[in-house]
Amino acid sequence: MNDGTPLTGTPAADPDLLYSEDEDALRAAVRSLLADRGDPATVLAGLESDVAYDTGLWRALATEIGAAGLLVPEKLGGAGASAREAAVVLEEVGRSVAPVPYLTSAVIAVTALLGCDHAQEEVAAPLAALAGGRTVGVLAVPLPTAPGGLPEPSVRAGADGALTGRVTSVADAAGAELLLVRAQGPDGPALYAVEASADGVRTDAVTPLDLTRPLGHVILDGARGRLLATGDRARTAVEQALLTGAGLLASEQLGVAEWCLTETVRHTAERTQFGRPVGSFQALKHRMAALWLEVASARAAARHAADALAAGSPDAPVAVAVAQAYCAPVAVRAAEECIQLHGGIGMTWEHPAHLFLKRAKSDEIALGAPGRHREALAGLVALDAP
Amino acid sequence: MTDAADLRRRTAGLLAAHPPATTERLEFLRARFDAGLAWVHFPEGLGGLDAPRSLQAVVDAELEAAGAPGNDPGRIGIGLGMAAPTILRYGTDEQKQRLLRPLWTGEEVWCQLFSEPGAGSDLAALATRAVRADGGDWIVDGQKVWTSSAHLARWAILIARTDPGLPKHRGISYFVCDMTDPGVEVRPLRQITGEAEFNEVFLTGVRIPDTQRLGEVGEGWKVARTTLMNERVAIGGARIPREGGMIGVAAADWRARPELRTHGLHQRLLKLWVEAEVARLTGERLRQQLTKGQPGPEGSGMKLAFARLAQEISGWEVEFLAEDGLTYDDWTLRRPDGVDFTGREAGYRYLRAKGNSIEGGTSEVLLNIVAERVLGLPPEPRTDKDVAWKDLPR
Repeated sequence: MNDGTPLTGTPAADPDLLYSEDEDALRAAVRSLLADRGDPATVLAGLESDVAYDTGLWRALATEIGAAGLLVPEKLGGAGASAREAAVVLEEVGRSVAPVPYLTSAVIAVTALLGCDHAQEEVAAPLAALAGGRTVGVLAVPLPTAPGGLPEPSVRAGADGALTGRVTSVADAAGAELLLVRAQGPDGPALYAVEASADGVRTDAVTPLDLTRPLGHVILDGARGRLLATGDRARTAVEQALLTGAGLLASEQLGVAEWCLTETVRHTAERTQFGRPVGSFQALKHRMAALWLEVASARAAARHAADALAAGSPDAPVAVAVAQAYCAPVAVRAAEECIQLHGGIGMTWEHPAHLFLKRAKSDEIALGAPGRHREALAGLVALDAP
Repeated sequence: MTDAADLRRRTAGLLAAHPPATTERLEFLRARFDAGLAWVHFPEGLGGLDAPRSLQAVVDAELEAAGAPGNDPGRIGIGLGMAAPTILRYGTDEQKQRLLRPLWTGEEVWCQLFSEPGAGSDLAALATRAVRADGGDWIVDGQKVWTSSAHLARWAILIARTDPGLPKHRGISYFVCDMTDPGVEVRPLRQITGEAEFNEVFLTGVRIPDTQRLGEVGEGWKVARTTLMNERVAIGGARIPREGGMIGVAAADWRARPELRTHGLHQRLLKLWVEAEVARLTGERLRQQLTKGQPGPEGSGMKLAFARLAQEISGWEVEFLAEDGLTYDDWTLRRPDGVDFTGREAGYRYLRAKGNSIEGGTSEVLLNIVAERVLGLPPEPRTDKDVAWKDLPR
């Protein structure tokens, strides 16, 4: 984001903050699939297996619904939709804490590939594979990496294209067939495609706070990479991928917050203590009403970011920073309130509330914590630090 | 069906017949009302054309570009936002014909006689009595409070108790009160800011003809709910630019006074900037829903967000200004024409914003409304529901 271009902080002329009929239809399809095959109880049951993600659910979402290719133009094998539609999928993924690599593969890795020269077969082929949901790919960066502040690559590329180095805390790395790796080459920074199964590639699983989004350290020891892009093109492709990821993560956070609020309202309206439903006590009602206002506001912020990304608006960095700075804490607060207002039930493993708290807290750190996004905003809207 | 093109044609016709440069202000406003271009969604003959509300923006833009005079919506806000929609819904033809035109042109200012010293958030507990006299007129006695613009007003919307033997919501009727009538006494109520934006209004033997009643006898609460709903829509429905309102003042201060900046204040300013931008977007989303005819519940929360933000930002501003925050511009008792939340200086803004979470429904009452009507949570048990008003503890 801080590429030296001064931004005026002027919002796009007329952002569309509503949902279109097509988006509503897409939501209905995704919600119905996730309700059938990815409800929180099923998610919970699958978590303690050794599988990196729910492959059956992923395949259905990616191929039957065609969600994996939403961001990819039709001529490159995708559905030719936009960030607005992908955001709707992520709202539903958040609402069910579905353990699927949608954000990492279909949003971030796809956007990185779209930023490379896709007239080239080395780019077009993996892009089509990701869009079709046949392959899961991830951009190998630590999950907390924020747009606008890319550090030096932690991987070196030799003159022969052999990659060596280590990338920590890569989300969904364990289940990915394709790794997009930033590396410092002889001629500067570059982006490479590496098969996860290639010689010299190892992924060490980390025990994650958020059980529904696995983390792994990727270790490369002379692994063969195919060059995708170099120099500014590589850097811009990765920046755009992180910006899009951060902007659409706000929709996942909205979905998490919505589930937490809905379940809390349902529970407190039914649960009786002191001779009346606990949801009739003003002390609790006010907390839920305040949370509702935050969720309604998060929806406006998340829609704004998705719309700005879809339109390729110059205001997108501001819209994304605002959405992340606002939606991340709302999801955490919604999950914390959900647990508190469920009482002891909220502390149990059987109740899915903890899955939402873990996702919300992990999402808060992912792709830049709120403080990082506020810092970025200071530069974007001319509110300089002391 | 009136469309945008038709409205542009009519606006051009109005401007041709009454060139703003050579037409007296009031004459222009009256002509605009008569052309149906005052509030286009109102019926024909009452300042409108039965057009979609969203097309008002088309007319406003054309008239502004032509330099046409406006009707000072700040000064007549209560008339526009509260009295007019209620009169339109519940008034007789005679009432509409008599009252709406001078209301809109600003020739007659309105105020609202709802709140009382003993009935604020529990508005239906009001004690002002209206008793039927011989000949059908009503004789009104009581005291109202927090009445903005009463010192300017020609008319008031008034709720009064017409049957103390009924439970509190059922014994109320709704009237239009002539503020020039004998027995109406307006006293300035000096506030925390030093000025008297509000008034106390004492009603002593005020005689109101039955023709000035809106809605049926005993149905006043239902009528008042129309008024209150429109009040909150008016508060939440405005379109503002990025960095509009209070946050714009704070951001300008920050840019202008680098010597006062600290890291702690920077963090808080950025957080408030984000919240103000999100509140703006939430309002914009609500506006888009209304334009598409899909009203969403966001409106219920907009006033809550506005109040909290205004208070936090103005508090931040006083703190940021340090030595300048210790001073105040003027404690003289003044009687302003309207409400200006961002006018004057930081200390005034800070003090005035304290009212944002009280006036027009306290934040606590609005949270109850959101919890019960939007989230569907069960109501608190009530002890006053089926008890006659006269038997309630007061």
